[in-house]
Amino acid sequence: MKRRSYANPIQQMRMISGDPLLLVAIILILASLIIFILYPLISVILTSVRGRDGYTLGIMREVIASNYLRTGFRNSIMMGGLTALLGALVGFLFAYAIARTDIPFKKFFHIIAIIPVVSPPFIGALSIIMLFGNNGLITYHLFKINNYPIYGFRGLLFAQVITFFPVAYITLRGVIESISPTLEDAALDLGGSRWKVFSRVTLPLTIPGIASAMLVLFIETLADFGNPLILAGSRFPILSVQAYLQITGMYDLPKGSAIALFLLAPSITAYFLQKYWVSRKQYVTITGKPTSSSIKSVSPLAKWLLFTFCVIVAALILLIYITILWGAFAKVWGSDNSLTFNHFRYVFGVGFKAVKDTLVIAGISTPLAGLLGMIIAFLVVRKKFPGKRFMEFTSMLSFAVPGTVIGIGYILAFNRPPLILTGTLLILLLNFIFRYIPVGIQSGVAILRQVDASIEEAAIDLGADSKKTFFRITLPLMVPAFFSGLIFSFVRAMTAISAAIFLVSSRWNLMTVQIMSQVESGRLGAAAAFSVILVLIILAAMFLIRTLLSLRYGRFGGTMLKI
Amino acid sequence: MGVRLVNISKIFADPYHPDKQVTAVKDANIEVKDGEFVTFLGPSGCGKTTTLRIISGFENPTTGEIWISGRMVNDDPPNRRDTSMVFQSYAIFPHLSVEQNIGFGLELRGKPKKEIKEAVGKIMEVMNLKGYAARRPDQLSGGQQQRVALARAIINQPSVLLFDEPLSNLDAKLREQMRLEIRRIQQTFGITSIYVTHDQAEAMTVSDRIVVMNEGNIIQIGTPFEIYSRPVNRFVADFIGRVNFFSGQAASLVGDRVEVDFGVFSKTFESWSGLAKEKSNVVVTVRPESLRLHHTGDKSSFPLKGKISKIVYLGAVVEYEITCAELEKPILAVTHNPVEEGFFQSGEEVFIDYNSKAAHVLFE
Repeated sequence: MKRRSYANPIQQMRMISGDPLLLVAIILILASLIIFILYPLISVILTSVRGRDGYTLGIMREVIASNYLRTGFRNSIMMGGLTALLGALVGFLFAYAIARTDIPFKKFFHIIAIIPVVSPPFIGALSIIMLFGNNGLITYHLFKINNYPIYGFRGLLFAQVITFFPVAYITLRGVIESISPTLEDAALDLGGSRWKVFSRVTLPLTIPGIASAMLVLFIETLADFGNPLILAGSRFPILSVQAYLQITGMYDLPKGSAIALFLLAPSITAYFLQKYWVSRKQYVTITGKPTSSSIKSVSPLAKWLLFTFCVIVAALILLIYITILWGAFAKVWGSDNSLTFNHFRYVFGVGFKAVKDTLVIAGISTPLAGLLGMIIAFLVVRKKFPGKRFMEFTSMLSFAVPGTVIGIGYILAFNRPPLILTGTLLILLLNFIFRYIPVGIQSGVAILRQVDASIEEAAIDLGADSKKTFFRITLPLMVPAFFSGLIFSFVRAMTAISAAIFLVSSRWNLMTVQIMSQVESGRLGAAAAFSVILVLIILAAMFLIRTLLSLRYGRFGGTMLKI
Repeated sequence: MGVRLVNISKIFADPYHPDKQVTAVKDANIEVKDGEFVTFLGPSGCGKTTTLRIISGFENPTTGEIWISGRMVNDDPPNRRDTSMVFQSYAIFPHLSVEQNIGFGLELRGKPKKEIKEAVGKIMEVMNLKGYAARRPDQLSGGQQQRVALARAIINQPSVLLFDEPLSNLDAKLREQMRLEIRRIQQTFGITSIYVTHDQAEAMTVSDRIVVMNEGNIIQIGTPFEIYSRPVNRFVADFIGRVNFFSGQAASLVGDRVEVDFGVFSKTFESWSGLAKEKSNVVVTVRPESLRLHHTGDKSSFPLKGKISKIVYLGAVVEYEITCAELEKPILAVTHNPVEEGFFQSGEEVFIDYNSKAAHVLFE
């Protein structure tokens, strides 16, 4: 019997106050969510409307009046929309080919599609510059074209689709696999042609999934900072970059904040559409168990077309990564391609501080984010207390808030009393922790909904208090969720740039920021070497976590160890 | 001593209309004596599980007091109440072994390892779980998981043992076996027990007393015999076993005796419940096994006459459905020992009577 207890907030408070630890945990978490998520956001809003004397909409008006920034807004929305469309299309075809046909090399295609997810999002841009830029391998050296116009719309769209289509692929593969092939078999059996079965059964069932994937791609592209910074150029302004340039170039905090708000609005809108509208229309859950695939529903011709398509996409991705790898060893990219270890010597010499800093920051923040995520998931699913919906909402907010916005918020909020944190390790840690809890919360909530609540009740009934219940029973049961959340937040922390670029200092720097500044100063080799090391660290960490997990928790294995 | 519920009510918000309220338990007063086995019985949604969860502390009552072993425990959280629950889903910790599961409560109480091991070993022997100490829960059968859950609850020697439909996930045969087992173990340890079920046969076999509930109200509290043979109203009579209802009018009331007028004839009964009033409508309840069927008879001694419309042969007993011209619903009769007593044929005319002592009158 799932019924909401008719207890008012005061009664709820009384129930919790019987358990001091729980009370303290709830208050601490609520307070830190307010301080480290809401307060920076509010600071952005307030700064954008604060004039010399009192509040004003002048700055907002200035932004709207600026032709250049209006173009930037249009560009950002267009880039987000087109990436969503193309990314979802590529992702769908890829997912459909792998889930519903018997093409060869499925495993290979899957791994290729996963690589962009676990690498820094600007690798695509870096590689495109190396291939098509002024000194590009393909444009300049192969076709002898001078100044091929790769900067701007075309190059960026290409980079964004390659970078973000894997997100759509992962979502849509889940959706397609959870549609029982017997549905398609039944439709075929009723006399439908293969195309009819696809267009009348399979496609309609995946539409909500496609819509959801598109909104996620839109949000991620809109928020993306690395690719546009490298590729957009000045004639194709993108909002996230413009906000950054306003602040770091012109030291104009109010205007940067105002621009950030124009970035925030469409992103939040898309997030709410995704969360409260599209996700309710889903026919099937995303985490369905794969059933045996029907391979009858695709004609041989369609199958080989799909295969060719997969080969082309895979080749493009491989090209990108091979270029990076080659670039890391080439003496001077484009002019002297003889191999050298100089760039790596640089990374392990002068650049090693950034590597160390990144490892320290990601290494400390991800387990903390993971643990905090598990605790919040537990509270939200299992406990009743005033402020619960607020906790759920705020903790998931960073999914919707572009990193640029939160980065600006952090420098605004923590550059003045009561909390002065700029330039410290702490500001980076806090930013990373609160930015990457949603992944953990999501997987935690998913797993807790599968664990019968009476298992924890049994522990309480036998005399365990809430601390013992959580650490002895709940947390061990959440271990798989904890580690899958950990892998993702580690990847994200290692590859983060949009918020972090505002927060780094000479004392604490990040590899991603280093890569950016190497690109800006034209040292593509060093940037490539940094990128290679970064991807290797991520792969090593994933391998390590997974090995540990399967050694210790082999029986939990299954679902999470797959990716 | 034992458990005492005083004026317990529980009001929930209606899940579909949050501003509306649903009363799950209404003004419940129940006293469970030390060492007694009491069952809350009723259809789903009657409030029995909510009442159990109020005793264990997982729900707070909206009003009323909960007393356990002479102490009011309203403000005690579940982990500080001296109760142990056996859950419907068993709720065995999936990441702990059988031994660790059973010893969990003692471990929480900080008992030394050696003592825990001894106690766990002892209880596993009583529960027929010997040799399963190192097993993982997913390597156990349903019945074994059930035993582990029971052992884990009993080892703490709680003042009260609570059962939340513990047998509903077992197959029929195992269920019958386990209810005897539960009764045996409860009596071995003499623990006060409260048991929730919607299965009346289960309630009859295990209980000292049964609390029949419906729509949040306690309808009747009594021994299985009382509940079955002297139900207080139509609901109890109908919910516990099968029953025939004959409507009539109370012609006269003399002491404990009530004469019921059925229209063509009247009959005197000694057992009744409800607000007794002359000239008021009554229902006479007769269990199918109390009806006697005859091949021949006459109108004066057998006012009830009908035709066999359905026969169900079950081996030890035979069930007959008999249609009577005077009655809307067919009468249900059960006869025993068909081999010796013989059969009635479908379509055959039969004469029916019953001993008035086997019947119970309900004033409505």
